[in-house]
Amino acid sequence: MRRLLWPLLALAALLLLNVAFTDGFLSIQIKDGHLYGSLIDILRFGAPLILVSLGMTLVIATGGIDLSVGSVVAISGALACLQISEDASVFTAVALALGLCLALGAWNGFLVAGIGIQPIIATLILMVAGRGLAQLITDGQIITVNSPAYKLIGGGYWLTLPFGILVVAAIWAVTAFLTRRLALGLVIEAVGGNPVASRLAGIDARRVTVMAYTACALCAGIAGLMISSNVSSADGNNAGLWIELDAILAVVIGGTSLTGGRFSLTGTVLGALIIQTLTTTIYSIGVPPETTLLFKALVVTTVCLLQSPAFRAKVFHRRPRPAPKAAAEEKVKVTA
Amino acid sequence: MTASTPVLTMTGISKQFPGVKALDGVDFRLLPGEVHALMGENGAGKSTLIKVLTGVHDIDEGRIELDGARVAFTGPLAAQQAGISTVYQEVNLCTNLSVAENIFIGREPRDRWGRIRWKEVRRRAAGILARLDLDIDVTASLSAYSLAVQQLVAIARAIDVQAKVLILDEPTSSLDAGEVQQLFRVMRRLKDDGIAILFVSHFLDQIYEISDRMTILRNGRLVGEYLTKELPQVELVAKMIGQELAELERLHGTAKVFDRPLVEARELGRAGAIEPFTLTIHEGEVVGLAGLLGSGRTEIARLLFGADHASTGEIAIGGTPQPLRTPRAAMSHKIAFCSENRRSEGLIPDLTVRENLVLALQAARGWTRPLPRSRQDELVSRYVAALNIRPADPDQLIRNLSGGNQQKVLLARWLILEPRLLILDEPTRGIDVGAKAEIQRLVAELSGGGMAVLFISAELEEVLRLSHRVAVLRDRRLVAELDNDDRLTTESLMETIAGGGHPA
Repeated sequence: MRRLLWPLLALAALLLLNVAFTDGFLSIQIKDGHLYGSLIDILRFGAPLILVSLGMTLVIATGGIDLSVGSVVAISGALACLQISEDASVFTAVALALGLCLALGAWNGFLVAGIGIQPIIATLILMVAGRGLAQLITDGQIITVNSPAYKLIGGGYWLTLPFGILVVAAIWAVTAFLTRRLALGLVIEAVGGNPVASRLAGIDARRVTVMAYTACALCAGIAGLMISSNVSSADGNNAGLWIELDAILAVVIGGTSLTGGRFSLTGTVLGALIIQTLTTTIYSIGVPPETTLLFKALVVTTVCLLQSPAFRAKVFHRRPRPAPKAAAEEKVKVTA
Repeated sequence: MTASTPVLTMTGISKQFPGVKALDGVDFRLLPGEVHALMGENGAGKSTLIKVLTGVHDIDEGRIELDGARVAFTGPLAAQQAGISTVYQEVNLCTNLSVAENIFIGREPRDRWGRIRWKEVRRRAAGILARLDLDIDVTASLSAYSLAVQQLVAIARAIDVQAKVLILDEPTSSLDAGEVQQLFRVMRRLKDDGIAILFVSHFLDQIYEISDRMTILRNGRLVGEYLTKELPQVELVAKMIGQELAELERLHGTAKVFDRPLVEARELGRAGAIEPFTLTIHEGEVVGLAGLLGSGRTEIARLLFGADHASTGEIAIGGTPQPLRTPRAAMSHKIAFCSENRRSEGLIPDLTVRENLVLALQAARGWTRPLPRSRQDELVSRYVAALNIRPADPDQLIRNLSGGNQQKVLLARWLILEPRLLILDEPTRGIDVGAKAEIQRLVAELSGGGMAVLFISAELEEVLRLSHRVAVLRDRRLVAELDNDDRLTTESLMETIAGGGHPA
């Protein structure tokens, strides 16, 4: 796929940079039957972002955007930890948290598709209110839990791999199956590409949109469980703070247009990995803390510019599409 | 006229798009003070030639000379500043701005502080529109006016610039007869001023009425340049499609009896859109809707498809009343609707031909039951061949196709659903003679096979040729239903539309 070329190159370049600065960056060892290594860490710590970005991809493909994912991350972690701290089973806690996330996603979808509020405003409501809701659940405190079973979700291992990576792989597989093996992808792309025409072609655009927001909130909810499980505590204030921006960035780097329509799940995963690798790189090459945001901005700008065909054409003096060489030769023959 | 030197010369122009050679060594010239028609089927390269001339696309080969100097425009604005103004097929104005703002956007008269002189904007806008015999409020937002008026505003915008060359790309496709005459008056005046006008239209009568000379393209190649008065219509058509076109006679047999009602609208109406009307469409019957632009033709179509909600009356299908509140509901009763607004209500431009083609069928099945790839391939290749869709590459993005081929893909989208009632709103608008004949033949065939068709067209001849019965609309009211027998002619139909009366 041509459009995945630039994200792939960017990721490779970042990894190479790390190899140059960190000894044994690429080495993966087995300790106590678990895989360890910098690459595994990138995947493990990147798992929540990948999840949120996958959900965000679907929403953006319908022509919308979801700013509330960060708050949903906090709410989900808060509710699950509260339940566990009140001696509920881990299963009940997870089910309740994810159930609430589904409801919140459906609410977003209702505001956008049912009432017709612009997505950025509709989800801004939950972005702001959701933080408050999370704090209400935790009573303004940080809830600490001690449950090995809960710890598994974000911090545990299964089959030598971090459990979070397996969860992400499973969700990615399910999403890919629903969108590409079934026809959900075509329907979403049609709604994002031209909502009016989609309705006249018999697509229930409203239902599709609600589904996308619901799926997005569910992904954010699972990510919230991972984040709180990893640190065995829920922090309504800071869990998932600004993750919506990283997720949107990951989707864009992955080659999905913010105007909706065509989307690429693989691109999004690559985009999220680029952002996570970047964070790792900042630590490993020792960028001073006060300039990390600036450094991040520079790299992201470069990646986005490299992806733009118009920019490449200007800088490398090449056309966005290779011009037909055959035609030029033909002309030479004619004049000769 | 032949003695004067060309204001514009294009030599050996070639342009390649992915998978399509849109132009192949085309020569073209324009003399000052002439109306020059650019002729060709859809996909012949007319639009591409205009776009490379105005700098929308750059050319792969060839040279363009304006007033003897070689030029290469970076975009429409650069072309306009050099004196080449364009009015495109689909109006490119901002409907949320006022008429005057639209005419002067980007070149507002300013005082020395850089502030816009609004009084002058309004005065000059009114002046230009007066030249076009158009008396409208220039401070009103453009969206308040019909598509036809918007088209004239676009032309007003183009001629206000000191233009040497004015390009009119199908300006008449949405105008009624009176407005066309108004446009032609303006064109003749501009021609007398020495402006060279490049005119594209699919209406042959208009071409013969207004143009002095024509250049014919076919499949991206130049066929030739001719004086209009020296080229008979039949030869023109033959050159455009590259073969002799058999004369189309009335496509149906007369005196057929239709007695099995399929869809009945009973006192169906929508406040502000169409007065309550009663209309019955039988199986295998082609019902034509005739009337001027804005007379309520499209509104009837949208009500029957459930795209709009009716405020009065009911629809009965096979005798039972059915609430059609969404297009989905209509589709479940095998009603299909091909909208007149290809771009805004039909195409999904980012998707491929294949995806656009199977979209309605997939929507009807629901996304959990994907259409198997093999079935898609079979359907797509069958309809690409049957409707002669070019280029025949199902994975091409649909926005890279020409207008006529896009239209055929949209038709195919509905045909694969095998509807019982097919509503076609201006299916042949902006389409060349060859494709038009193909679509007309298809409609006749389908109705022969038992499908009911509601056929909407601004071209009365077409309505007459295809329909068994014609419903006439005037001012959002259904005023007459006429059997299409030998007595019905375009003239009598026109009288009914004009008089709103009930002929004997």
